[in-house]
Amino acid sequence: MASEFHQKAHDTLANANLQLAIFTATGRLKDKRTEAVAAGELPDYQELRTQANAVKQHAIDNLDHYLELFESNVTARGGHVVYCKDGTEVSDFVLRLARERGAHLIVKSKSMTTEEVDLNERLEHHGLESVETDLGEYILQLAHQRPYHIVAPALHMTRYDVAEVFTRRLNVPNEIVIEKQTAMARSILREKFLNADIGISGANFLVADSGAVVIVENEGNARLTTSAPRIHVAIAGIEKVIPRAQDLATFLKLLARSATGQLLSVYTSFLSGPRRSGEIDGPEEFYVVLLDNGRTRLLPDKRKRQSLFCIRCGACLNTCPVYRRIGGHAFPWVYSGPIGAILTPQFMGVQQEPALPFASSLCGACGEVCPVKIDIPKILLELRSDVKKAETRDKQNRLEKLSFRAFAWMMTHPRVYEMAGKLLRTAGMRSLQLGPLAAWTSQRDLPPLPGRSFRERWRRR
Amino acid sequence: MARDYILHRVRTALGRSPSQPIPDPPPARIRIPEISLDARVASLLLRVEELAGTAVETSDPRTYIAAAMAGKSAIASNSPYLAACGITGLPGVESGITDREQLRHACATADIGITSADYALADTGTLVLLSSPAEARMISLLPPEHIAVVPRDRILSGLDELFSILPHPGEQSSSMVLITGPSRTADIEQILVRGVHGPGRITVLVAPA
Amino acid sequence: MADVLEGLGFEIDFPENQTCCGQPAYNSGYRAEARAVARHFLDTFERSPCIVIPSGSCTAMIRHHFADLFQKEPETLARVHALEQRVFEFSTFLTQVAGVEDVGARFRDVVTFHDGCHALRELGVKDAPRRLLAQVRGLELRELSPAEECCGFGGTFAVKFSELSGAMVRTKVEAIERSGARTVVSLDPSCLMQIQGALSRAGSKVRTMHLAEILASR
Repeated sequence: MASEFHQKAHDTLANANLQLAIFTATGRLKDKRTEAVAAGELPDYQELRTQANAVKQHAIDNLDHYLELFESNVTARGGHVVYCKDGTEVSDFVLRLARERGAHLIVKSKSMTTEEVDLNERLEHHGLESVETDLGEYILQLAHQRPYHIVAPALHMTRYDVAEVFTRRLNVPNEIVIEKQTAMARSILREKFLNADIGISGANFLVADSGAVVIVENEGNARLTTSAPRIHVAIAGIEKVIPRAQDLATFLKLLARSATGQLLSVYTSFLSGPRRSGEIDGPEEFYVVLLDNGRTRLLPDKRKRQSLFCIRCGACLNTCPVYRRIGGHAFPWVYSGPIGAILTPQFMGVQQEPALPFASSLCGACGEVCPVKIDIPKILLELRSDVKKAETRDKQNRLEKLSFRAFAWMMTHPRVYEMAGKLLRTAGMRSLQLGPLAAWTSQRDLPPLPGRSFRERWRRR
Repeated sequence: MARDYILHRVRTALGRSPSQPIPDPPPARIRIPEISLDARVASLLLRVEELAGTAVETSDPRTYIAAAMAGKSAIASNSPYLAACGITGLPGVESGITDREQLRHACATADIGITSADYALADTGTLVLLSSPAEARMISLLPPEHIAVVPRDRILSGLDELFSILPHPGEQSSSMVLITGPSRTADIEQILVRGVHGPGRITVLVAPA
Repeated sequence: MADVLEGLGFEIDFPENQTCCGQPAYNSGYRAEARAVARHFLDTFERSPCIVIPSGSCTAMIRHHFADLFQKEPETLARVHALEQRVFEFSTFLTQVAGVEDVGARFRDVVTFHDGCHALRELGVKDAPRRLLAQVRGLELRELSPAEECCGFGGTFAVKFSELSGAMVRTKVEAIERSGARTVVSLDPSCLMQIQGALSRAGSKVRTMHLAEILASR
């Protein structure tokens, strides 16, 4: 079952340096998370997860209500809500706004949602300069690459890679000291912040009872993006809505600990509307773009709806033995790891990359660490069934379908099952070294077969 | 219109009709631990130090800041509390700016930004700043160093207490920011670097109420 | 396993019609086929008051996934829920149902325990096997580090993504070698097969054994 995904996974597995980088980096984040949620550190961790899951369930089950509540509260504070079906509508809105305000320079803080819709590309195509300001994202933008990991986007790059990108794209002398690279970026981006016309951010949470946007970060670029320019546009998926500001007491405790092991991220901004009269700084205009882009497709199925609870912490990536070995670029879309494996087929259709739900040993580590208790393994199993149901007539897959029909037949006919076992023991394991089972022996030895089956021994006692 | 289209799709998917009432949400989980003020102060100081910040309790923030400044320039907010502490009058400290552009320029060139804080959270070492005519956003953001003077009685146990006292932060201000330690990144090779965009050095002074 | 249970005084029945729990079909997305096999399991064990299984993954399949297969058949679903109560993974049965930790076993060796994912995460089994091993005379137990890592079997995953599966089991083998143990014990035959295959490919002398084999040793 070779596919692009298989090929990319293979390429990463074959690259020893990259392998080591991803495995080590994710291992560090995994360990930090484990410490931060240990019983001694966060005694009510499991209760918080249960609460977070219940609040998200309620919010998603009543999403229309909370979207409207959010909208009315944003408007009441002098902000504007813009609903967008897809990426085209988002960029149309931003372009129109930029045109009307005579804006040319945009600064952006990290937003996976904007990556979903390739916003930067669209804006640049129309002559706007849109600069990523999160250090990792800035480096990737210069390098024309996609993020490797939700929380650590440039995981796959070394300081030498960064030096090369800076020299090539910024025309600066070669600098391999990380502090100096950071200082360079800081100084360049500061100019951008202070001269930008529009700041575009994402949002970790949309608070319905306050009409507020909550943004969580460590660098300070989101604060600058949302405070320095005169116009702030926050772009978020509709599923980011939570009912109350008070719910943040639950979510904020889980988010940073799950992502990086920090108690709280360095900056948590709670932004509602443009600046009030009397406030000296802050944006004069405040927009929240609510994006669908396929999310409404995930709502009808009650069991799969929980995929929308995700708060983008990245814990599932850091703990997944598969992601830790193949990294983010093997995945076909902007979301990678276990959450990517369940979101991508649901957004794009299972046939986009049918291998994806099968690229898991179903170890369950992801579901165990998810702060909002998304049952990722169960959804993977559902998607596997969806893949098989959607399969068109294909030679290899017909063989597989037939094999499993034969399997079911044999397993519902005990005498046949017994006979098959006897045959196998007679023919020996070597007979199994055909087709797909050759894949087994490429990595490990076959087990020896017992002389007699348990059945036979049982009958003899 | 996209709005109607999206809301319609959402309702159809959920089996809900327009303006249909919703069931009660699960009650918000707010658990405020019983911790004495002294213990809260001690926890705050410890946590800030753990984050590589400096944290000191002092009855005389003015003297502390004068010594800490050591010839550097500072921009202070218009907080009445800072004025009452005598900080805004210190040599080298610029204050009283109400114009946006002027303030931005001052913050971009100052070595230190000095603010008060509306609250602090003891369990995480966090400062809570609401923007207002007295407290502008840029002061705790642009200069490479931030000093916050926190009245002792504003130190809360944690997030739960904050959201219990302030269930609707949006009513007070367009911006509430929780600051937990100096700006940082580990984006390159997972090596920690401080002071990426926000201040790389942070000092929390716990002062009399 | 039969020896251990009989040694404790239990009367063992082995319904000869039993075949499989259907997990391979279910995991591969073939629900109709899995349903047929699950139905056969239900029929075979309908009258069994207590079913003990020397496999975490099979137990988890029955207790946590059978219900998914029969959502549209309320009568069968009721039988499934009744069955769930009567099915036990081996080490859980010993410690929680039989209330035993010392089965009189003797096994002189340095041993390490591999926590299979289904038992660990779906069934919550962590302490039970360790408490049982602690009572085995002559046995020294060492923990693996990192702990709780998947062996990489995952059913057809081992074949469909053999490179990945191989990479995962090699990490496991390295951890085993670091532990200095000479025997690896687990609750799941599939994990044991995966790990044993990799150990012998690596030329290691370390052997794998099911918990039941250890507990049956005298």
